Amino acid sequence: MGVRTESHKTEWLTTLPSLAWLTLFFAVPALIVLAFTFHGHTPNGGVGEWSLATWKELVDPDYPTIVWKTLRISFQVTVWCILLALPCAYAIARMGTRWRGVVAGAIMLPFWTSFVVRVFAWKTVMHPDGWLQAVYHGWLHAKLALFSWIPGVSVPVLADPPPGNCLLGFAHCAIDTARTTIIDSEIAVVLVSVYTFLPFAIMPIYTAAEKFDFSLLEAARDLGAKNFHAFRKIFVPGIWQGIVSAVLMVFIPAVGSYVIPQMLGGTNCVLIGNKIFMRAMQQRNIPHASALATLMAAAVLVPLGLAAWWTRRAAARDRRKLELRTAQLMSTGGQR
Amino acid sequence: MAFLEFQDISKQYGSVKAVDHVSLEVKQGEFFSLLGPSGCGKTTLLRMLGGFERPTEGRIFLEGKDITDLPPNQRRVHTVFQNYALFPTMTIWDNIAFSLKVAKRPKKETEEKVDAILEMIQLGEHAWKYPNQLSGGQKQRVAIARALVDRPQVLLLDEPLAALDLKLRQHMLIELDTIHDQVGITFIYVTHDQGEAMSLSDRIAVLNHGRVEQLDIPAKIYEAPATRFVASFIGDTNFFAGEIAAVRGDYCEIRSEGFPAIQAYNDKALAAGQRVDLSVRPEKIRVTKTAPAAAKGPGLNVVKATVQDIVYQGVYTKYWLKAGARRISVLEPHSRFLLDQETITWNDDVFVWWHPDDGYMVEVK
Repeated sequence: MGVRTESHKTEWLTTLPSLAWLTLFFAVPALIVLAFTFHGHTPNGGVGEWSLATWKELVDPDYPTIVWKTLRISFQVTVWCILLALPCAYAIARMGTRWRGVVAGAIMLPFWTSFVVRVFAWKTVMHPDGWLQAVYHGWLHAKLALFSWIPGVSVPVLADPPPGNCLLGFAHCAIDTARTTIIDSEIAVVLVSVYTFLPFAIMPIYTAAEKFDFSLLEAARDLGAKNFHAFRKIFVPGIWQGIVSAVLMVFIPAVGSYVIPQMLGGTNCVLIGNKIFMRAMQQRNIPHASALATLMAAAVLVPLGLAAWWTRRAAARDRRKLELRTAQLMSTGGQR
Repeated sequence: MAFLEFQDISKQYGSVKAVDHVSLEVKQGEFFSLLGPSGCGKTTLLRMLGGFERPTEGRIFLEGKDITDLPPNQRRVHTVFQNYALFPTMTIWDNIAFSLKVAKRPKKETEEKVDAILEMIQLGEHAWKYPNQLSGGQKQRVAIARALVDRPQVLLLDEPLAALDLKLRQHMLIELDTIHDQVGITFIYVTHDQGEAMSLSDRIAVLNHGRVEQLDIPAKIYEAPATRFVASFIGDTNFFAGEIAAVRGDYCEIRSEGFPAIQAYNDKALAAGQRVDLSVRPEKIRVTKTAPAAAKGPGLNVVKATVQDIVYQGVYTKYWLKAGARRISVLEPHSRFLLDQETITWNDDVFVWWHPDDGYMVEVK
């Protein structure tokens, strides 16, 4: 008994610093934010009396759209990041140890420069006179030429035709250049977010892939599977934990991001992060900003919790099914 | 044309020749072993058959079809890997069903086949477990079942018993043999363990330095080794290096340094002056305290020796004797009640003898 208390004590002592840290700098601030939402605000930027005024203010018709847009863009960014990170991590894990270090280093290299500087650099890359814009325009024209014949597909078209650069000479394929710059658009936000968050997706997947036994892929091919089938059915489930962490590592910061939409999204891509920033820093309405933050956290955590609950339930159901099947198999096996 | 044929296969890795102009023919339904020390090229040959390596030279034919350049998923050749390579994220049932699902077989057929093979390997009750919940021997059986369930043309086994402990290995040997008899599929078995190869195989190819040293039935490999390497790799043997001094009818006389003339059966009709290695297996040599009675014909080879070491094993006793400067190992089986017999002990002066027919000459080139 004495030994047990002793080990309990050491356990407590070792976890105490991190626990204290988390309580002080995570749990307490989160609770403060939550508490702020039940306060009004004072005109000079302070936190007012206890009230439900802030929550009532949240019934802004703009917010559902912005929340939905934020979730949609974060989802897009996450999907792209995972899709790009998977082959990337696979390739790195299959490299020789020397190259592995070099490539892993190259992926982390951008972190040595300031994030804001990098986003600003993208502004130059996406300048309306730049090559990326030209590529984007070419794509839009191609899309227009191809899809304008299909009923029900809408492509942004403006009556006022821009001079000269019309593909295939179709009169109706005039594209509104003012509205279709790549900068200040959703595409810019998604593109640069993918660029920014990609290393966060690659690293956890790579860590999992490094531990993956690649002879399993050989076994799968030996049993008749094509390369992609083996990748999908053996590799992806084998590194599933890495993918889950990558999703969290990308999705959560993407939901909260405001620098990228601020600098590259213009007025076309205002996300919840920008709104929170605006309420807190420009309007000095801390309770309102807190309420938005709480709302966003709920919008992420509630579905995540539901998903976790659903997976656990499904796993339990599967297990019951398997037990049943085994019992069945045993009984028929006995009869045969 | 043979069922499976390696035609003049070579494989070069940089400056290393892993496989050096190997030609082999395997019959349908045969249990064929590739036996040799590590680095002899046996695994490379197997991987070329599986489709994981391309030969630098030569072609491989399966039922008359050139499969040399086919990827692994397009040959009906499955491998039982040394580490089993069971898919850890799938149940045993799904592991076994993998090849059938990939081939998009009807669901009912898949279920029947998987259930049937599970019953054959007696793991029905473990069907819904995951590989890490099974013991080594069970994993081994699942790996075999997974590779056999869609009835491949050839089953490749890459040192499948290497990871098991001795007792389980002996058990699995019998099981493998039974499975081979049941399914009638051609098995190609790679091993460095001569015991496994001898007990399982219809024929064995002994490999060394990427070449086939001998290809024959186990008994011939053991009794009539083609080269000095085969004689020493398969079981224990005593070598007497020397030169043929005289030929007398079917027998010849070998002069070996520090030894009286040795009589040996001259099966290859070698001429006098030919340098040979005479291999005499320990169990073919007798040890007695008294000289044996003279035999007819070429007579016996009799040498005086001193006992250096004795290891009693119950079934037999192993002796190491010193004859002149030479050490001779002898394995004396006990077919009679041992305690009634006069025993030989350390430092005894004894007679060591064997019949000229029981030595086997290997030419020295």
